Amino acid sequence: MEYKRMEKRTSLAFSNMVKSRLGGKTITSCYQCGTCASSCPVAKITDKFNPREIIKLSLLGEREEVLSGDSIWLCCSCYNCQERCPQKVEIADVIYALRNMAFEKGHIPNLYSEFASAIINDGRIAKISKFMEQKRPAIGLPPLQPTGVDALRKILSATGFDKLQKEKEEAS
Amino acid sequence: MTGYALFLGCTIPARQPNYELSGRKALARLGIELVDLANMTCCAPPPVQSIDFETSLSIAAYNICLAEEADLNMITLCTGCFESLAMTNAMLKENEKLREDVNRILSKAGKEFQGSKEVKHYLQVLKDDVGVERIKQSVSKPLSNLKVASFSGCHLLRPSELLKFDDPERPRIFDDLIEALGAKSIEYRNKLKCCGGLLRGYADDLALKIAREKLVNTTKAGADCISTLCPFCFLTLDMGQLMIKSKFQEEYNMPVLHYAELLSLALGIDPKELALEFHKIRVDRVLYKIG
Repeated sequence: MEYKRMEKRTSLAFSNMVKSRLGGKTITSCYQCGTCASSCPVAKITDKFNPREIIKLSLLGEREEVLSGDSIWLCCSCYNCQERCPQKVEIADVIYALRNMAFEKGHIPNLYSEFASAIINDGRIAKISKFMEQKRPAIGLPPLQPTGVDALRKILSATGFDKLQKEKEEAS
Repeated sequence: MTGYALFLGCTIPARQPNYELSGRKALARLGIELVDLANMTCCAPPPVQSIDFETSLSIAAYNICLAEEADLNMITLCTGCFESLAMTNAMLKENEKLREDVNRILSKAGKEFQGSKEVKHYLQVLKDDVGVERIKQSVSKPLSNLKVASFSGCHLLRPSELLKFDDPERPRIFDDLIEALGAKSIEYRNKLKCCGGLLRGYADDLALKIAREKLVNTTKAGADCISTLCPFCFLTLDMGQLMIKSKFQEEYNMPVLHYAELLSLALGIDPKELALEFHKIRVDRVLYKIG
């Protein structure tokens, strides 16, 4: 009995945490109908990803499985599920909230970590090569304006983004 | 002349000068002035939203502030940028608490989001500011007999509650604008389904499978080309065909053209001025068909 009560507390604690995050507030409205999974282009071709399952595990408090697993990173952010959810659960946004929590725990795929470094270093996630920059006048494009890297770094330091990324880099 | 602050983003200047060229040329011909502002950054698309949503909203809001300061509405060519910026604009306009939180962050960079401007995808500008009728009248080289498979990409339409662009299940704007050029916008299976582009680099196998389906379906429907609005969809479907060739030993040779490129051709702009050599899949068969 005591164990069951504890379990309930844990699961509630996790879904409340998700709920309090940007993007996460609608998670508890899910009634597991599966409209999301049947609208999902990824779930159609692999059993490694199922949006309904991610919501279910989160509501059951399976924090470790959700945050350290591969699954949350397999959402292709097409928003089909969110568009069609009869309960108005913002599923794609809930997955962003879960990814944000995973990042804070240090679970982040290398690719995303590279994106984060690129933002901090260049203010852009895709670097514009010298070749492309020099090619512009030849094909009739105006020169590129400077990127606001300094302002961006101030923003990244105000949100703590740069610190989290630094910790991640040091840990790996 | 209507003026807009152009938000160029990263992927277009980094990889698709063909898109930027056609966008600039076509919009100029139709009387839309693009203003290049200094100090813009990345728009903070899904990869940044995935790492920290608050940071992504702040970065997007910072860029909108630059347009506000210049007293201009903002225009994007990239659908990814459109989604990040238009979504942020709508969220911050609607939610006072969120706006206060973001403004606290922006104050460190000397900015304050006012919520006084709009963010529009260029397709919206074509529809609202130029209008389908005027585009029809401006066409000097109709794309007659060209069967175009339109693919609007996800982030032009969804989340519709925030983007408010077109009906997310039965959109018409893009198809109407294709037909305004004299081409035929054809139907094909799973037209609105994602291209899988955002899984590239993380789960390439899955991304390619999803992209392949789009090529199978447009080929079956007899398309002469696919038309895109987003540099990621373009990359996934154009360069993706080379990867699909090596993985599945299947060759589609399906030309992929951005709408701005089709528009430029229909407006009579010389194909030699459009840097079409940046396409991985040659577009000759489209040029041949339109004569």
